[in-house]
Amino acid sequence: MPVIEVTNLHKRYREQVAVHDVSLTVEAGEIFGILGPNGAGKTTTVECVAGLRVPDGGGVSVLGLDPRRDADRLRERVGVQLQESQLPDRIRVGEALELYASFYRDPADPERLMDELGLRDKRDAAYKKLSGGQKQRLSIALALVGNPEVAILDELTTGLDPQARRDTWRLIEGVRDGGVTILLVTHFMEEAERLCDRVAVIDAGRVVALDSPAALVSRAAPRQRLRFRVSVPLDDRLLTDLPEVVTVEHRGSQVVVTGGDSMLQAVTSTLARHQITVADLRVEQSTLDDAFVELTGHRPDDH
Amino acid sequence: MHAFRQILRIETRLYLRDLPTLLTTVGLPTLILVVLGFIPSMRRPDPNFDGQPFVSYFAPSLLVITLAAAGVNILPTVLSTYRERGVLRRLATTPASPAALLAAQLVVTLGAIVVSAVLLVLVARLAFGVPLPRHALGFTVAFLLGTAALLALGLLVAALARTTKAAQAMAIPLFMLVMFFGGVYLPRFLLPDFLIRIGDYTPPGVQALLDAWTGTAPQPAHLAIMALVAVVAGTAAAKLFRWE
Repeated sequence: MPVIEVTNLHKRYREQVAVHDVSLTVEAGEIFGILGPNGAGKTTTVECVAGLRVPDGGGVSVLGLDPRRDADRLRERVGVQLQESQLPDRIRVGEALELYASFYRDPADPERLMDELGLRDKRDAAYKKLSGGQKQRLSIALALVGNPEVAILDELTTGLDPQARRDTWRLIEGVRDGGVTILLVTHFMEEAERLCDRVAVIDAGRVVALDSPAALVSRAAPRQRLRFRVSVPLDDRLLTDLPEVVTVEHRGSQVVVTGGDSMLQAVTSTLARHQITVADLRVEQSTLDDAFVELTGHRPDDH
Repeated sequence: MHAFRQILRIETRLYLRDLPTLLTTVGLPTLILVVLGFIPSMRRPDPNFDGQPFVSYFAPSLLVITLAAAGVNILPTVLSTYRERGVLRRLATTPASPAALLAAQLVVTLGAIVVSAVLLVLVARLAFGVPLPRHALGFTVAFLLGTAALLALGLLVAALARTTKAAQAMAIPLFMLVMFFGGVYLPRFLLPDFLIRIGDYTPPGVQALLDAWTGTAPQPAHLAIMALVAVVAGTAAAKLFRWE
């Protein structure tokens, strides 16, 4: 039985439709990602799953329960980390964790969570004195302090530096290895690629693709991207005339060429024929980023 | 109930940690009393005030400082900050209810008000010979109804305001009105008669407090208005309050 089941979810705010039609299922032990540009309906979808909003249509079931009707039972079993949810300025890290632990029948050990999230030496620090990354880690710790079976994490690593982001990913993998099912909202492709078993790409309130990150990448048109610098100004037509080339762009002193798999040979030989020397040549394969752009028409960090 | 007690414990600690707020709500009235009390003429019986000294006459207005600051200024600001920052929302995802946090804030505010009142009454009695409230029952009722009316108004502000800024924009004028009609800015004997009459019916009802303190039972009409404000504002706040 799936742990989370969303069928034809529909949600409006007055005239504005936030979620048109979203269906997805999350299996036990999975890390499931919801990807999408801002305003696509990601947060509204998970808020309906968390029981914070009432859907206008469709159904949501979590651990076989209804997030509204069985709210009391689900709150014991589902941990939620919301975007932009803060704490009082003067509460201390240790106090907050112990307070939230006291709400649950079978909480995790706050001391252990502080160790795992690197908050040990911030135990007596007031919330307002924490850095953005520390606040974020505390927020994750609060979502996990109830020993949940399901964790819903909205924009898990926003505001974290790259090292902290990788540490958080490792932590989340550890949480999953402990048997927790994780529903993750993100707009970082790298995060989805690294962490998620499956990903639903949501755009304008609808699911436009649902698959493993690797399958989404391979489903996007096979593409390569070449980046290089040239010794002399380049007439773009030299390259755009090649059948293998799709686009030619200039980014600063770099030329970026995209095209099919056989593009490399065609481009380098054409440039050589015109005595144009190429420096710093790099070949990149399609990533989830490319798949995302193809599926939604925007870059993931477009705001 | 368990969650409420834990939240109350933490909210009490947070209140005690916030020194400026603590000083305004609990310390300031007594501090002003002490300053005034050191001026000999303030301690002498004065025919202007039915033969009482000015410190006795002014003590109920000092109480208004605490009631106004804690009830209509700090309470709505804290609640709307908690809402704006998603503290209430985060609680809604746990087995504890955000209503427990609201209740804890009310209890902490009430606690601060009671401590401040007791401190003021005792210091007035011990240091400056102001008699304890003579009509004890009347004073208790007037104090509780006046407090309830102001807390209800504070909750109504928190309910109506969408943001912390909006809450302050409503709370500060309300706070100043309560202080003015409570005779804090200008002692009431300096005000024209019709303003004094309005002040009698403005929460927390400084005349009822003064009557009970100096010996007569508060007028039922004064008390009834406070009860009415408490019920109407409280009901409206409960109906309109948004958790997010």
